[in-house]
Amino acid sequence: MIHSRDVNLWYGRKQVLFDVTLDILANCTTSLIGPSGCGKTSFLRCINRMNDIIHSCRVSGEIRVGGIEVYSPKTDVVMLRKKVGMVFQVPNPFPKSIYENVAYGPMIHGKNDRRKLDAVVERSLREAALWDEVKDDLQKSAMELSGGQKQRLCIARALSIEPEVLLMDEPCSALDPIATAKIEDLINKLKEKYTVVIVTHNIQQAARISDYTAYFYLGKIIEFGKTSEMFEKPKEKSTEMYLTGRFG
Amino acid sequence: MNRKHMQWLAFTLLKLCALMVVAVLFVIIFDIASKGAGAISWEFLTEAPKNHMTQGGIFPAIWGTLLLSIGAILLAFPTGVLTAIYLTEYSAQSRTIIFIDAAITNLAGVPSIVFGLFGFALFVAFFGFGASMLAGSLTLALMVLPIIIKTSEEALLSVPHSFREASLALGATKWQTVRHSVLPYAVPGLLTGLILGVSRAAGETAPILFTAAAYFLPSLPSSVFDQTMALPYHLYILSTQSFNLKATEHLQYGTALVLLGLVLALNLAAIIVRSHFRRKYRW
Repeated sequence: MIHSRDVNLWYGRKQVLFDVTLDILANCTTSLIGPSGCGKTSFLRCINRMNDIIHSCRVSGEIRVGGIEVYSPKTDVVMLRKKVGMVFQVPNPFPKSIYENVAYGPMIHGKNDRRKLDAVVERSLREAALWDEVKDDLQKSAMELSGGQKQRLCIARALSIEPEVLLMDEPCSALDPIATAKIEDLINKLKEKYTVVIVTHNIQQAARISDYTAYFYLGKIIEFGKTSEMFEKPKEKSTEMYLTGRFG
Repeated sequence: MNRKHMQWLAFTLLKLCALMVVAVLFVIIFDIASKGAGAISWEFLTEAPKNHMTQGGIFPAIWGTLLLSIGAILLAFPTGVLTAIYLTEYSAQSRTIIFIDAAITNLAGVPSIVFGLFGFALFVAFFGFGASMLAGSLTLALMVLPIIIKTSEEALLSVPHSFREASLALGATKWQTVRHSVLPYAVPGLLTGLILGVSRAAGETAPILFTAAAYFLPSLPSSVFDQTMALPYHLYILSTQSFNLKATEHLQYGTALVLLGLVLALNLAAIIVRSHFRRKYRW
């Protein structure tokens, strides 16, 4: 689903990613793990070109998502981002109602029919396992939800435009264990329909939810493979040390 | 002296400074209100001056100041907000932007009389508008533009970056993002700029001195090319050019009180609108 070839990334003069080559399969969950500053979030943000907003950022190499050449000058970033949704580290709902948050995406893509929007909102909230908790109060401000609910609302918002890929940047790092468990359950369901790429600091989380894991260190991919295999028998010394908590 | 005393001394000093600001404001308001209240009457607010400004009211000046300020803000507010959007949302941090920013900061520091002369040269003489409400509003607009740009920039920057990210990640264009996920949340801050702009425009004398203000007009202006009377200028001539300064003293204070009241009322209105929006969008 996602193919990256020799991706290099610089912030100003500082190189952050070195020749990242990675193939991510459709309808799987792939975890990107590694110590802070290893480039996993930078790589994630390449996939939907969110790095474009950072002026000093420069990328070379090739990434393909489905049929889209991500960094081709011909690529329409808007269409790319419609296909590749993103959930951020800190839940960032708009200070509007729950309904308006989910309807935002379809509306900016030109969907204005109230009944269709209602349907999208319901489907997205169901997929994000939030529907039952909020269905009677869709006009309530999103700011009144709990942290975990806010994050599921952000997931629903990302799903509202029917992306094929869902990028998640440490989606649980601001949440308590119960809210985290809910989101993990959710991710396991989401992969039936979506391709999920998740950055996480939590090694156990990667083990619990992902089919594949890529271990980043100092901007390079040290090891990539099936999660079960990597966690049982890491091929690289560095991976083993990170997984067993000897640094990170 | 030990730490606790030092602490007490510091706080007392800080508090005194803060209180002094409030005190100065109240002294000004009290002084003007007590001396001017006697002059305020229905006739004073609704009639034109009579007998060489020694009697009658100030209605043409109130009317003129309202029109001039509204004109100035109609011109400066959209321009200022759009400039601020360009500067904060669209442009990369380049030399050009730093240059534009420095230019705006310097524009804010230009003395108002210089604006007056500039407005006279450009709008009155060069464009041939003559001394008129149009020329006066344009000059006032130029003067309040930097205030509006600066406060608008701050308002836009205070909208969390995460809103922009969320919107862009959903495939919104930059303009859709600005329009739907930045501007609505910046409204309270933008209104602050508007307030500051209006009160500044209403109170200034120098920029309209050569461009719009008339000593006395028998009738209200009927088009933007007419001259107008204005409160600050009226106050200025009442207190410097009058035939009998003593006799018009209560009129001077009355005029000052009306000007002050007008500005305070405008501010109050905008504060109410602002707090309404603040309650609507909270994050």
